[in-house]
Amino acid sequence: MNSDLTSFADLAPAFPELMLAIGAIVLLMVGVFTSSKNANQVVLGIAMALLALTALLEVAHPADGVLFNGAFVQDSFARFMKVLVLIGSAFALAISVSSADEHKLNKFEYPVLVVLATLGMLMMISANDLISLYVGLELQSLSLYVIAAFKRDSSKATEAGLKYFVLGALSSGMLLYGSSMVYGFTGHTQLDEIARAISLGEPSLGLIVGLVFVMAGLAFKISAVPFHMWTPDVYQGVPTPVTAFFASAPKVAAMALFVRVVFDTFEPIARDWQQIVIFISIASMVLAAFAAIGQKNIKRLIAYSSIGHVGFALVGLSAGSQIGVEGVAVYMAIYLTMTLGLFACILALKNDEGYVEQIDDLAGLAQSRPFVAAGIAIIMFSLIGLPPLAGFFAKWQVFLAAIEAQLFILAVIGVLASAVSAFYYLRVIKVMYFDEVVHQFDDSALALRVIIALAGFLIVTYYLTLGVPLTQWAQTAAGSLF
Amino acid sequence: MNIINNNILTILTFLPLVGVFFLLIVPGNDDLAKNNMRRIALATTLVTFVFSLVMWAMFDSSNPGFQFVQNYSWIGDDVIGYRMGVDGISILFIVLTGLLMPMCVLASWESVQNRVREYFVAFLILEFLMIGVFATLDLAMFYVFFEGGLIPMFLIIGIWGGKKRIQASYKFFFYTFIGSVLMLLAVMAMYWQAGTLDIAKLLQFKFSSESQYWLWLAFFASLAVKMPMWPFHRWLPEAHVEAPTAGSVILAAILLKMGGYGFLRFSLPMFPEASAYFSNFVFFLSVAAIIITSLVALVQEDIKKLIAYSSVAHMGYVTMGIFAGNMLGIQGAIFQMISHGIVSGALFLCVGVIYDRMHTRQIDAYGGLVERMPKYAFAFMVFTMANVGLPGTSGFVGEFLTLMGIFQVNTWVAFGAAFGVIFSAGYALWLYRRVIFGVLEKENLKAILDMSPREMAVIVPLIILTIFFGFYPAPILDATAASVEQLVNQYQMSLGQIGALAEVAH
Repeated sequence: MNSDLTSFADLAPAFPELMLAIGAIVLLMVGVFTSSKNANQVVLGIAMALLALTALLEVAHPADGVLFNGAFVQDSFARFMKVLVLIGSAFALAISVSSADEHKLNKFEYPVLVVLATLGMLMMISANDLISLYVGLELQSLSLYVIAAFKRDSSKATEAGLKYFVLGALSSGMLLYGSSMVYGFTGHTQLDEIARAISLGEPSLGLIVGLVFVMAGLAFKISAVPFHMWTPDVYQGVPTPVTAFFASAPKVAAMALFVRVVFDTFEPIARDWQQIVIFISIASMVLAAFAAIGQKNIKRLIAYSSIGHVGFALVGLSAGSQIGVEGVAVYMAIYLTMTLGLFACILALKNDEGYVEQIDDLAGLAQSRPFVAAGIAIIMFSLIGLPPLAGFFAKWQVFLAAIEAQLFILAVIGVLASAVSAFYYLRVIKVMYFDEVVHQFDDSALALRVIIALAGFLIVTYYLTLGVPLTQWAQTAAGSLF
Repeated sequence: MNIINNNILTILTFLPLVGVFFLLIVPGNDDLAKNNMRRIALATTLVTFVFSLVMWAMFDSSNPGFQFVQNYSWIGDDVIGYRMGVDGISILFIVLTGLLMPMCVLASWESVQNRVREYFVAFLILEFLMIGVFATLDLAMFYVFFEGGLIPMFLIIGIWGGKKRIQASYKFFFYTFIGSVLMLLAVMAMYWQAGTLDIAKLLQFKFSSESQYWLWLAFFASLAVKMPMWPFHRWLPEAHVEAPTAGSVILAAILLKMGGYGFLRFSLPMFPEASAYFSNFVFFLSVAAIIITSLVALVQEDIKKLIAYSSVAHMGYVTMGIFAGNMLGIQGAIFQMISHGIVSGALFLCVGVIYDRMHTRQIDAYGGLVERMPKYAFAFMVFTMANVGLPGTSGFVGEFLTLMGIFQVNTWVAFGAAFGVIFSAGYALWLYRRVIFGVLEKENLKAILDMSPREMAVIVPLIILTIFFGFYPAPILDATAASVEQLVNQYQMSLGQIGALAEVAH
C-alpha cells in the first residue's frame, strides 16, 4: 500500500488532530515537570487555550480531503461538528475551574484526559473507516471512563465509573461485532467502499444484522432508548463539572458519527436503518418525557432530558434528507449551548452543605439569586422548545425535515412528547419562581456568571444573532454529506 | 414622517421592549424605585397606544390588502422571514392591545407590591408578543409570537396569582401548548406544500383538498383552545380566577381574540373547503358553548369565574359568526371581539376594584355596595348591560350582527344562539343584584370606599367607549369592511368553484 502523503502540507486536513495530539503530550510533560503547587491550573489554562486554538484552526484554515488511505476524512460536516466538540470541551473545562477543589478535579491529569478524549472525538467525527472509527471511539471512551472515576475517594463516582466502563465496553463489543459482520458481508472496512459494495446487489441478511449491531453500539454512545440505562446513574454519580462535559461534547461527537455512518455507509439500505432510527427516536422522546417527571435530583433530570433531546435530534435524522442532517447539526449546536449554560447555572449554586443537587433546594431562587434563576428559567423554557428561544428553532428544523419526509406519526408523537416533557421543565421554574426561599447561596464565580450570561443571551436572541450564521453553516455542512 | 410611516409596525411591536430595557436598569428595589418602574411601564404603554392610534389614523380603510408592509427574508429564501403588515382584520386588535395595556398598568399600581420589576417586565414582553401576533405576516413568526405569549402569562399567573395559582398556570400552559404544537406541524406541512411562509402568498395559494381537512383540524386544535370553545374551555375559568386583575384583563381581552383572529386569518381563507365542511360542527360547538356555559355561569359563586364563563359564551357568538362566512357574520364577529375585549376587560377591572378592598371574589361576601359606592355601581351597571347586550351598548351590535349573519345560513343555529341573550341577562343581572343592590349589612363592607381617581381614570374611558360604539359602531365597521368583503368574496368564490366542479362531475 502506497502512502498518499508526500509532504507535510498534505496533512493539512488533519492539522487540528495533530495539534491536539502533540498538545496533549506536551501538556502531560508540563504537568509532570512543573513542580509548583498550582501545576493543575497552569495545565488547565493551556488546555483551554489549546482547545480554543484548535477550534480557531478549524475555522480559519479549512482544508478538506481524505487522508491515510481513506481512513480519515475532513469535510464541512466534520468541521462543523468538530468546532462544536471543541467549544463544548473548552467550556466544560471553564465551568470546572471554580469548583475544581470541591470536586477533586484539581489534578493536572484532568485537563489532559479531557484533551485526549476530545482528540478521540475529533477522530470519530472524521472516521472514514471502521477501524479508525473504532480507534477514535475507544480513545474517547477510555479517557471518559477514567474521567468518570476521577474522584476516586467517592464511592458514587467510582461506581458510576465502573458502570460506565462495563456498559461502555459491552457497547463497544457490539459495535465491533457489527463491524465484523459488515466487513464479512461486504469485504470492505472503508465506509464509502462499503456503501458501494452494498449498492451493487440485494443486501444480505448478515449485513442487516451487522447494521443492527453497529447501530446498537452507536445508540449506546448517544444514550438513546433502549440503550440509555447508564445515563442517569452516571450523570448523577460523577462530579457535576464532569457531568457537564459528558452531556455536551461526547454527545455531539457520537451523534456526528451516527450521522456519518448511516448516511455514508448504509445509504443504499436507507429504508432499513430509517425504521431503527424512527423507533429509537420515538422511544427516547416518550420514555424520557415520562421517566423524568418523577426525578428529584437535578442531574438525573438533565440526564433524562438529554435522552429526550437525542430523540428529538434523531427525528431530523430519520427524515433521511439533507434538511434532516441540517436539522441535526443545528439541534446539536443549540443543545450544546443550553446544556453548558445549564451546568454553569447549577455550579453557580452552592450553599453551606455543598453544591445544590435536589430540585427542591432551588426553592425561591428567583428572589435570592435572580440572575441565576433567570438563566435557568430561560434555559428551561428553551429546552421545552418555546419560541422565541433557541430551543424552538432547533425543534423547528428537525420537525420540518420530518414533515417533508411525510413522517407525520413520528412528528405528532414527537411534539406531544415535547408537551409532556414541558411538565418537568416547568416544575423547576415553578420551584424557583412560585415557591418561597429556603436556602441562601454563596456568591458564584465571575467566569460562571459570564458563561450564564452568554448562554442566556444567545438563547434569547437566537433569531437575531446566532440563527442566520448557524443555519447557513449547517446547510453547508449537511450539503457535504450528499 | 416617512420613516415612521414605513416602520410603524416595527416601532409598535418593539417599543415595549425598550420599556423592558429601562425597567431592567432601574437601580434599587425600594419604594422610590418601584414607583419609577410603574411610571416607566405606564409611559411605555401609553406611547405604544399613541403609536397604535397614529397607525389607525394613517390606515387606509378602503384598501382591503395589507398595509405598512415590511418584508425581509431571514435565511436567503422563503423560509422564516421578518414580515409585517396589517389589514382591516388585524389592525383593530393592535389598537385594542394598545388601549388596554396602560389600564392594566394602572390597575396594578397598588395591588402589586412584590417583585414589581419582574411583573412589569413580564407584561411588557407580553405586549410585545401580542402586538407581534397581529402584526406579523409570516406564518412561523405568527407561531413564535402566539406561543411565546405562554411564557410571560405562565409566570404572571404563577407568581402573582391567587391561592390555586400553580394548578391554574399549569392548566393554562398545557391546554394551550398541546393544541399549539399540532398547529406547528400544520405550519410546516403548509410550508412544504406552498413553498413559502409568507402569509400574503399563502392566502393566494390553494391547498389541496385532502390536506385541507387535516390542516384545518390541526389549526382548530390550537385556536379552539385559545378561543376557547366548548368543550376545550376548562383552563379558562381557573386561569381567570387565579390570575391577578391585569392578567385576567389581558387574558379575556386580547389572548382569547388570538383564537378568533387565527380563524379569520388562516382557517377561513386558506382552508375554505374544510371550513365549509366543518362549519356545522363549529356551529354545534358554538351553540353548545352559548347555552351550556351561560347556564354554568348562573350557578357560579365566584365573580371572576362567572365572568369567565360568560366570556366563553360570548366567544361562541364569535366562532358562529366567523363560520357563517358572510359579511354580516364576520363583521359582527370582529365587532364582538373588540367589544368583548373592552367590556370583559372592564368587568375584570371592576372586580379588581372591589377585590383590592376586600380580598375576596365570593359573590355572597358582597351586597348593597350601591350605598357606599355609587360611582362604582354606575360603572358596573354599564358593563353589565353591555355584557347582556342591551341596545345602546357595544355588546348589542356584535351579538345582533352575528345573529343576523347566522340566520341567513342556518336558522336553527340562530334560534339556539338567541337563548344565550336570555341567559346572559339572567346571570349578569342576578350578579349585579347580589353584589350591588340589597341591604348593606356586612360589617366589613360598611367602611368601603368608592373608586379612587386612579381607578376612575381606568374605568371612565371604557364606559365612554362602550356607549360610543353602541350608538356609533361605524369606526370599527368601516375599518374592517373592505378586508372582510375581500375575505368573504374569496371564501364564497372558492366554495362556488367547488360546487361548480361537483355539478360538472354529476
